[in-house]
Amino acid sequence: MMVTALLAEEVSALTNFLQYTFLGLQKGAVYATIALALVIIFRVSGILNFAQGEMATFSTFITWAIWGDGRVPIWAALALSLVVSFALGASIERLVIRPVSKKAAGNPLPIVIATIGLYLAFSALAPAIWGTDAKRFPTLFGEGSLSLAGASISYQTLGTLAVLAVVVGLLFVLFQKTKIGLAMRGVASNAESASLVGVSVGSVLMLGWALSSAMGCMAGALTANVGLNGALMIAPLIYAFAAATLGGFDSPAGAVVGGLIVGLVAEYSADYLAEVPFTTITFIGEQLRIFPAFLLILVVLLVRPQGLFGKPQVTRV
Amino acid sequence: MLWVENLTGGYGPVQVVQGLSFEVAAGEVVVILGANGSGKTTTLRTISGMIHGRGTVTFDGTSLLGKRPDQIVRMGIAHVPQGRGTITDLTVEENLRLGAYVRADREVEEDIEQWCAVFPRLGERRDQPAGSMSGGEQQMLAIARALMSKPKLLLLDEPSLGLAPLVTREVFEKLESINRETGAAVLVVEQNAGLALGISSRGYVLETGQIVAQGSSEELSTDEAVRQAYLGY
Repeated sequence: MMVTALLAEEVSALTNFLQYTFLGLQKGAVYATIALALVIIFRVSGILNFAQGEMATFSTFITWAIWGDGRVPIWAALALSLVVSFALGASIERLVIRPVSKKAAGNPLPIVIATIGLYLAFSALAPAIWGTDAKRFPTLFGEGSLSLAGASISYQTLGTLAVLAVVVGLLFVLFQKTKIGLAMRGVASNAESASLVGVSVGSVLMLGWALSSAMGCMAGALTANVGLNGALMIAPLIYAFAAATLGGFDSPAGAVVGGLIVGLVAEYSADYLAEVPFTTITFIGEQLRIFPAFLLILVVLLVRPQGLFGKPQVTRV
Repeated sequence: MLWVENLTGGYGPVQVVQGLSFEVAAGEVVVILGANGSGKTTTLRTISGMIHGRGTVTFDGTSLLGKRPDQIVRMGIAHVPQGRGTITDLTVEENLRLGAYVRADREVEEDIEQWCAVFPRLGERRDQPAGSMSGGEQQMLAIARALMSKPKLLLLDEPSLGLAPLVTREVFEKLESINRETGAAVLVVEQNAGLALGISSRGYVLETGQIVAQGSSEELSTDEAVRQAYLGY
């Protein structure tokens, strides 16, 4: 009798654990996608794009507007929106970032401030166009789920992980197999030498911004089914910063691993630990779920500032 | 082929180069001798479009001033910067491949093989990151990478910098044979006058941004002032 009860408890603990693992992986895949977008811009230009999240929210509103509550199939709407976001990212680099960097003459601060300006612009623009009420957004992969050891893994989770895999695969092909990808890596490593072999650094930066913007659009569509409003990407951006810090800001692989770890850590600490009976670790409630992300950023910066996969900064004297 | 007249240029308000005039003919090896701070690097960077200059710089009759570095590479000028400028995160082969960035033909693979044969150590280290190689090997890589763009004119900024004398000698020997075999003109700025004058046909002496002497390499090697300042005997 007692044995069965204990077994049942263990099984339910396992089920719980799996449930939060699936949820953590799903959210982590979204954070990883945004972290990848941050890393791409950071690698080619050495700056952090604080507007990444708001640009993604804006793109998601565009997807929503094209979708028009089912008037256009969601995947068609998303495809069109990806193209628009790609163009938007390229235009931002050309019209805002490039003029500012020319004036800044090597000082990254004005460019970072410009991205904060973009953050403010996009966060004001979205509600001005589409209002502040939460919008209904479809679940890209439907509502169904598979059952695994008592836990359910939704099609949305599987689909989100598959999208991350596809994004990573496409980026791998781009960076390792194409001429423009080689040029991007060249600019990331040594922009001056890359320009001396004929790479147009401006075009590479423009492509970096365009890709990042499209990836933000993808991430937004994967997560907006919770309800689309202007705050959609505020928390994910912070998790993505934590992910990129953990993985290393100069490492695309690090962004992916970091994103998944941050997703899992946030879920385990917020939900799983809170529900384990007789533990005192219940202070991390729903409202404080972002706390582990901040803690992670702090610990990584203190212990291993270059992140798990990043290269340490070497200063030659 | 390269015609520079009354060139001034520098960084912000500081004019490092003050009214230079010189020329490089097709297929020729020309050296510009100068001490640190004389304006050698600034001169090359102005030609390759990295910094703005004023005056006249024409290449095969087309003005270069105001053009972007990538446009100038496409016209047939390859610049090996000071400190070599190898892209350390890329492998040796990727550096060479990137060197052919402006080319659209299908002979890039053959040329990679060719330069790996000319510089055997690059062939041995093809898949290693460029940053893992010695200074001499990185200088060879930087030169090979510049040649991958099939330039008509190769600009070299102090190739001997930081290299052991034997390695420097090897670099200059390679340059001489490359010039002979590809027919690319070479403009090299150097402090190492002995080796540079040995492979060049003509030279200029640069002091505080101005040309103070010029002549055939033979004349310059026997010139009293050049000998004292750059050859040390």
